[in-house]
Amino acid sequence: MTRILQNDSHGRFAGLRVAVTGGTSGLGLALVRESLARGARVAFVARDREGVERVAREHGRAHGIVGDVSKKEDIHPIAMQIVGGLGGLDVLVNNASALGPTPLALLGDTDCEDFERALATNVLGPFRLTKALLGALAASARCGRGAVVLNVSSDAAIHAYPRWGAYGASKAALRHLSHVWNEELLAEGVSFLSLDPGDMDTPLHALAVPDSDPATLKRPEAAARELAEAIAAALPARSPGKAPRGAAAVEVDAS
Amino acid sequence: MIAASQPAQRPPQAKLLVVDAWGRIKHLPRSALVDLLRPGDQVIANDAATLPASLHGMHVPTGERIEVRLAGRRSLAVDDVSDFSAVVFGAGDFRTRTEERPPPPRLAPDDRLALGPLSATVEKVLGHPRLVSLRFEGTPDAIRAGLARHGRPIQYAHVAVPLALWDVWTPIAGPPVAFEPPSAGFALDWRSIAAMRVRGVAFDTITHAAGLSSTGDAELDRRLPFDEPYRIPDATASAIRRTQAKGGRIIAIGTTVVRALEHAASRDGFVHGGEGLATQRIDAASRLRVVDALLTGIHEPGTSHYQLLRAFADKNTLRRASVELDAHRYRTHEFGDSVLIERKARRAAYARPAYGPHEALSCWAGRRGARGRESAGRSVAGPTTGPR
Repeated sequence: MTRILQNDSHGRFAGLRVAVTGGTSGLGLALVRESLARGARVAFVARDREGVERVAREHGRAHGIVGDVSKKEDIHPIAMQIVGGLGGLDVLVNNASALGPTPLALLGDTDCEDFERALATNVLGPFRLTKALLGALAASARCGRGAVVLNVSSDAAIHAYPRWGAYGASKAALRHLSHVWNEELLAEGVSFLSLDPGDMDTPLHALAVPDSDPATLKRPEAAARELAEAIAAALPARSPGKAPRGAAAVEVDAS
Repeated sequence: MIAASQPAQRPPQAKLLVVDAWGRIKHLPRSALVDLLRPGDQVIANDAATLPASLHGMHVPTGERIEVRLAGRRSLAVDDVSDFSAVVFGAGDFRTRTEERPPPPRLAPDDRLALGPLSATVEKVLGHPRLVSLRFEGTPDAIRAGLARHGRPIQYAHVAVPLALWDVWTPIAGPPVAFEPPSAGFALDWRSIAAMRVRGVAFDTITHAAGLSSTGDAELDRRLPFDEPYRIPDATASAIRRTQAKGGRIIAIGTTVVRALEHAASRDGFVHGGEGLATQRIDAASRLRVVDALLTGIHEPGTSHYQLLRAFADKNTLRRASVELDAHRYRTHEFGDSVLIERKARRAAYARPAYGPHEALSCWAGRRGARGRESAGRSVAGPTTGPR
């Protein structure tokens, strides 16, 4: 925790332009609040208009955007509102996720349509949105502000958990996508993070494991603090006037 | 020349006509663009994303159908999205040539316009029955959401299929402030930007709110281009100075980049970072202070786009280029082929004294006569007609 505060003292979130998908509940909402608390300017995206309006009311400074990242036609309207509202973009958090079949099912019992939905939300959506926002992110990197895309991952992306096949395979694809993006855009100064926030007390987890005891689960607020710290660590130190260009800007926490 | 009628940004067969500083012409595949750049050159593109600026709806006082095409704004400020200038058409859509579109009902101040989820009021009629300033109701976020939901990209009859937003966003699109795509940027992709870096060519961007290229009305077209706000990042401005100090060339991707950079340098010859409002026209009488070469689309001789090219090359050179474009069936308009035109060589005495000798210029010092003098405050160039 001390290290978080140390990072904040560098003010890397102050004035940062952050967009979060799936921003009206669970980890996404916690990330919206965490970013706002650290002084960032935030846009968040969610499918449900009422939820977006509620969160926007609660957090007057945040830009609420109604849209579904799994829908191709929604991507550019979302991107337009994000960059239009923030005047640019430094950090994109692809957080919105779909479980696939609920209740979770063995792959042999998984409807193709449910798997397609998981892929559309967890793989194609982040791919399309990142692509649509790449111009804004690269421009931010060229100006020395840095640019980070955080793709929220899961240990199901790595381990083969029975009944988590659709979700796990989609998150594995997203994780690999993050790594390839990162290689390809290193020279542009856009960094990609693929991080597993752990098992949290969120609506998604409740849907996946209805009988789990929330008390045993991580609070999304705690996960959001850790993710914010990781984002801050991937951003260049703020030194106005001396804009670093390119990937050399990325710092890694010592220790 | 033939109109490019398919919304493909980078067709593999895209062609590039190159006119160098001495008027020599050659034909290349556009994919060879990066090979023409030299280490030390700097490519500058317009990273404006294109708004869905065509809004269909109703003129409330008469109940008549209208199409509103947003055409201009005062600034690039994030919250400055209530007030726009706009060109208004009567019923119909892009499938009818703009020249043949019916006029809107008579527009007057305080007229309400119902545009899908958006509601706007005519503020003023701007000296022409089709041109108004209007004000949207609602918060900036609500206006953006309304545009995102209801707006369509402005398009013209030469492309038959309705355009999607992704058709008109360049790969580098960022701030959504352009009313029509800065389409010279369609030629760019991330592979070519990476190839520039490997070659020692810098790549930077500005943001320029590219406006309408055509209104279908000759009188209004003469008033184009309208004033366009732009922003030059400090990083781009200082990179330009580094390039110029080392004698590298500044290569503009699109006429909007020329307009912004030359406007920003109009005060003292240096490109300053920050926001500005480009009001000038560029033509044969304009002396280019910054841009050494321009990648642009292809437009018929006689259009005002042609007038801008006159700042780069003389009449005879452009005439020869037109003959070549015709003979080789280059495709015109925003999804068409490209021209790379280098500013004609001028005497060393006319080169920028502040930045030291220019490689190409010094080679040819004295070889060509002095070009036209700078026209202080003159604005005679025609508008840029036909989509960029």
